[in-house]
Amino acid sequence: MIPKRLGNADLEAVYDRLAEAVDDVPAEQRELFLAKLALVLANLVGDPAAIAEAIEAARRDL
Amino acid sequence: MHQPDTAPRRSTFYQYQVHPFRTPPELAGGRSDAPVVIVGAGPIGLVTAIDLARFGVRSIVLEQDAQVSHGSRAIVLTRRSMEILQQAGVDAPFTAKGLPWSSGRSFFRGHEVYRMMLPHDDDDRFHPCLNIQQQYIEQFLLEAAERTGRIDLRWGSKVLTIAQDPDGARLTVDTPAGEYVLAAPWVVAADGGRSAIRRLMGLRMEGRAYAGNFVIADIKAPLGLPTERLCYFDPEWNPGNNVLVHRQPDDLWRLDFRLPDGETAEEALAPARLSARIEQILAMVGRRVDWVLDWAAVYSASTLTLAEYRHGRVLFAGDAAHLLPIFGVRGANTGLQDAGNLGWKLAMVARGEAPPALLDSYSAERVEAAREICEEAGKSTRFMTPPTAGFRLLRDAVLSLALTEEFCRDLLHWRTSRPHAYRHSALNGAGDDFDGGFAPGEPIRNVRLGPDDFLFDHLKSGFHLIGFGAGALPLPRLTVPVITIAVGSATLPDPDGRIAAKFAAPPGSAYLVRPDLHVAARWLQPSADAVAQALRIATAQGPSPARGRLDGGIAARTPVGKGGAR
Repeated sequence: MIPKRLGNADLEAVYDRLAEAVDDVPAEQRELFLAKLALVLANLVGDPAAIAEAIEAARRDL
Repeated sequence: MHQPDTAPRRSTFYQYQVHPFRTPPELAGGRSDAPVVIVGAGPIGLVTAIDLARFGVRSIVLEQDAQVSHGSRAIVLTRRSMEILQQAGVDAPFTAKGLPWSSGRSFFRGHEVYRMMLPHDDDDRFHPCLNIQQQYIEQFLLEAAERTGRIDLRWGSKVLTIAQDPDGARLTVDTPAGEYVLAAPWVVAADGGRSAIRRLMGLRMEGRAYAGNFVIADIKAPLGLPTERLCYFDPEWNPGNNVLVHRQPDDLWRLDFRLPDGETAEEALAPARLSARIEQILAMVGRRVDWVLDWAAVYSASTLTLAEYRHGRVLFAGDAAHLLPIFGVRGANTGLQDAGNLGWKLAMVARGEAPPALLDSYSAERVEAAREICEEAGKSTRFMTPPTAGFRLLRDAVLSLALTEEFCRDLLHWRTSRPHAYRHSALNGAGDDFDGGFAPGEPIRNVRLGPDDFLFDHLKSGFHLIGFGAGALPLPRLTVPVITIAVGSATLPDPDGRIAAKFAAPPGSAYLVRPDLHVAARWLQPSADAVAQALRIATAQGPSPARGRLDGGIAARTPVGKGGAR
């Protein structure tokens, strides 16, 4: 289970910003943008085990 | 010649009554002298009329139809709305007929991903939500209006024109017996989403409309499910969209689902297609029972409001003033808050007890509330009907994650209509530093005194000076009538100090509470002068930015248009 680090107010703000960022990027570049974002955030997380867990969580139930 | 439909509307559960047109005095060479004309006999217009009546002010209500609302429409009343109805003295039939509830469940791919309990404080008389059809809402209000003896309800009366000058407003009214002119000092426009008054006055709302259409369909069926809000995301038969299910009295069920982009209302309401979808919804909830369609309509979401609710002698309330999303039950519930705010103020102005500037506070307070709602409801709306690819992608990501991860489940939280704190109101007076309780502008909350006994049951119509603990309350020379309540006295004992605790009120302190149960001022050590001062401020007669003249002069208002769709 991914631990909750963002409070709901912050999480909502992040949700909106991500949605707007996706909309700002041309459709054919969305994947590239999200892949870059994943790398940047993984680097910020800094812990390989946590990153592996994140990948697993994101892969489920697609 | 306006001719309303006089055939009773058809319903599987409701007996429509057609109200006959009655020739008004104006068509027989006479005149009426009611200080207020209300346009629209929906829930908001009727509660406004009833509220005026409880303060001794007569009104004429003009309704273009001859019977109550077509379809169940507004079906959920919040705790706050019930408190407003209780203050107006009309809550009993609602509690008797309606279905109370507090919980909701959200589903995705057959799994429950979110369960929400709306808090039901033991100190609240009313449940967080009460389900009841608009036909019943209007019927109960009509019966209450009749009992006041102060409301002249005119069916089959349609407003054609409106004009105003410093002396008052004039309406041209069309009826089955011809047209007449109705003059009145004050007009309340409570004529709904497609308000004729708003259109006639050329007023535009600010905000936005959201793309995405929804069907609401009421079926009569023995589903046998409990009373709670059910929400299904992305069912197979309606990919990317959502379905809501609400129970109503008389075995009626509200089904509410988003349509695929591009589908028109005509296509959606075509009987074969609608029936097929209803069958799929019943399969989804696990109840393939026989059903009958009662009513269906198509709607879309907006977050729109007028920038001002007062335009000279015309006050806007309810959907005539704002169009808010169905998500979070914000339509009628927001309108009822408008009515609760407007009633006592308009009554005081009509009786010459307060200057017309008091009505500017109605606009300021309720427009601020509407803007807060537009902001909050915008978030729910972006989740329920994502306006762009980005929002849809994020919504789908949250739904997928919510199946196994807790951290993002609260994003499925559905904000519900709530009362607002008028923190910037010009009517707010002194607010001493209490360690809790309710600050000026905030609504007070109820306190349970016994198994069927609550604080609000003891409140009457008007300002209340609620004093705590020892000693007599400092009563000023009264320019505005005030009802005094001594908490801890024989009339309102507080043996366990629960009322004092809720109000964070030490002995000797006092609250001045407005007729709409919002706090005007509160003191740790009130004096007669302080109370008098707060009363003047709370009725726009004090040293505050809002000024007006008791002789009925109006503040000329130029609406500030900010674009917007309608």
